Amino acid sequence: MKIIPASDSSLLVVFGNAISPELHERVIALFHAFQARHDPRIGNLHPGYASLLIDFDPLRLSHEELTSEVQQLANTRDSKADKGSNVGTIPVCYDVEFGPDLPDVAQHAGISLEEVIRLHSLPTYLVYFLGFSPGFVYLGGLPEILHTPRLATPRPSIAGGSVGIAGSQTGIYPVDSPGGWKLIGRTPVRMFDPEATPPTRLQPGDRMKFSPIDRGTFDEMMQSR
Amino acid sequence: MAIRVAKPGFFTTVQDLGRYGHAHLGISPAGAADPLSFRIANLLVGNEENAPALEMTLLGASLEFEENAIVAITGASCECKAGADVIAVNTAVELPAGAVLKCGSMPTGARCYLAVQRGFDVPLIMGSASTHVGGRFGGFHGRRLQSGDVLQVRKRGPSRVRSLRPGALDSQQGQAPLRVTKGAQHDWFGPEAFEKLFSCSYIVSEQSDRTGLRLKGEVVRPREQSQLLTDGIPLGAIQVPQDGQPIILFVDQQTTGGYPKIANVIAADMHLVGQIRPRDEVRFVEFSIAEAIQVLREQEQWLQEIFK
Repeated sequence: MKIIPASDSSLLVVFGNAISPELHERVIALFHAFQARHDPRIGNLHPGYASLLIDFDPLRLSHEELTSEVQQLANTRDSKADKGSNVGTIPVCYDVEFGPDLPDVAQHAGISLEEVIRLHSLPTYLVYFLGFSPGFVYLGGLPEILHTPRLATPRPSIAGGSVGIAGSQTGIYPVDSPGGWKLIGRTPVRMFDPEATPPTRLQPGDRMKFSPIDRGTFDEMMQSR
Repeated sequence: MAIRVAKPGFFTTVQDLGRYGHAHLGISPAGAADPLSFRIANLLVGNEENAPALEMTLLGASLEFEENAIVAITGASCECKAGADVIAVNTAVELPAGAVLKCGSMPTGARCYLAVQRGFDVPLIMGSASTHVGGRFGGFHGRRLQSGDVLQVRKRGPSRVRSLRPGALDSQQGQAPLRVTKGAQHDWFGPEAFEKLFSCSYIVSEQSDRTGLRLKGEVVRPREQSQLLTDGIPLGAIQVPQDGQPIILFVDQQTTGGYPKIANVIAADMHLVGQIRPRDEVRFVEFSIAEAIQVLREQEQWLQEIFK
């Protein structure tokens, strides 16, 4: 573990340099440990693949003091690990209207559309962290055969709820935004609702699965949300 | 009490000092781009320093006051008028019922702040009144103000005003280099990269906003091009993408990113970043973290001492 002052108001705790569930477990354990403290001197916690950035008020907490807190807490077990992490299910309608790049992903993998859908909705994914925009999840666990390069030219506008693939990553655009991921479907579930508690459907460290739904179910769910 | 937006100006939003505790959900703090001017505006009208106020960018708004109101305008120089009367800035001013306050363009600086006594009445989302433009929430309906919008003012609050000592803000004048500390990936860069960063001046590109300031100038490159595992981004981080043109990440930034961060603007200078305009020239000078915290401490002390 390396502890690096990233600015006069932040520390970056680096556990390693790889995308792996083992390193990530340590990131989440430290994240949960600080979250549980509700320390008003700490402003924000940013988990990454293998690191945790801690923003704090340097007039009330010194880098040295925080470093020694990190060293103590980094050796404790994850307070939430015993309870088992939340496994969320995100329904996805893998319709070509919502997933215009489905044929492209299938062709790249050399498999059928049905096989893309089956393989994408098979694994339990790990939510490594959220970033890029509110509610945007970085998921680990996409089957290798589905790894597909992103679009050469990003789309200027993508509907919120769109599910896509970019390289080895898969994820969901929580709100309408531009983006370059290959789109394979759409979820009727709101991934980000600023008025809800918590405001995002998934949290760092959660596990999740995609479950295929047909167009009728999608439309019903959209109407009732 | 209602205030009607006759003209919104170039980019006007409701802000406070930011929304903290949600970065792990991808939610950047937002909040005033120049928090120092924002705090002074609120303190002048007697508000708590975090009360919701307006941030106006490059060109100010025109506002119609239904009832008399006490306001203060701070930040970038901006000619403000109500009818034929010039409205003084950096002081609390009482506007009569029916007044139309016209805030003009800002010849220097980028943002000015308008605080109203008791503060604007907007719902708190995740504990903050700040407009999160990208996420379309907070502030006034999650967006910048438009003509015809009607803002409400909180019903309860202080009724005393404060004033600044003469010449209190004089020390804030002048274009100094931004002070920076070493960034999280500073060891990715060799001495020649730092030499360039600290000796050259950079021009702020037109593609700059509250998410970040894109700079144009001498190319800064890491020793070797390798891929950074996405990690958290502190406020004011200077990241270097593949093209070698640095970007200062700002209040509406992404909470995580995959480019190495060579340096970081010190907390005490973030208010200066909020006053940088497109096409301005920016220079950097290195500070240690201990020096940066000392400067921040002195700035807080200064803020206590400028009021009568």
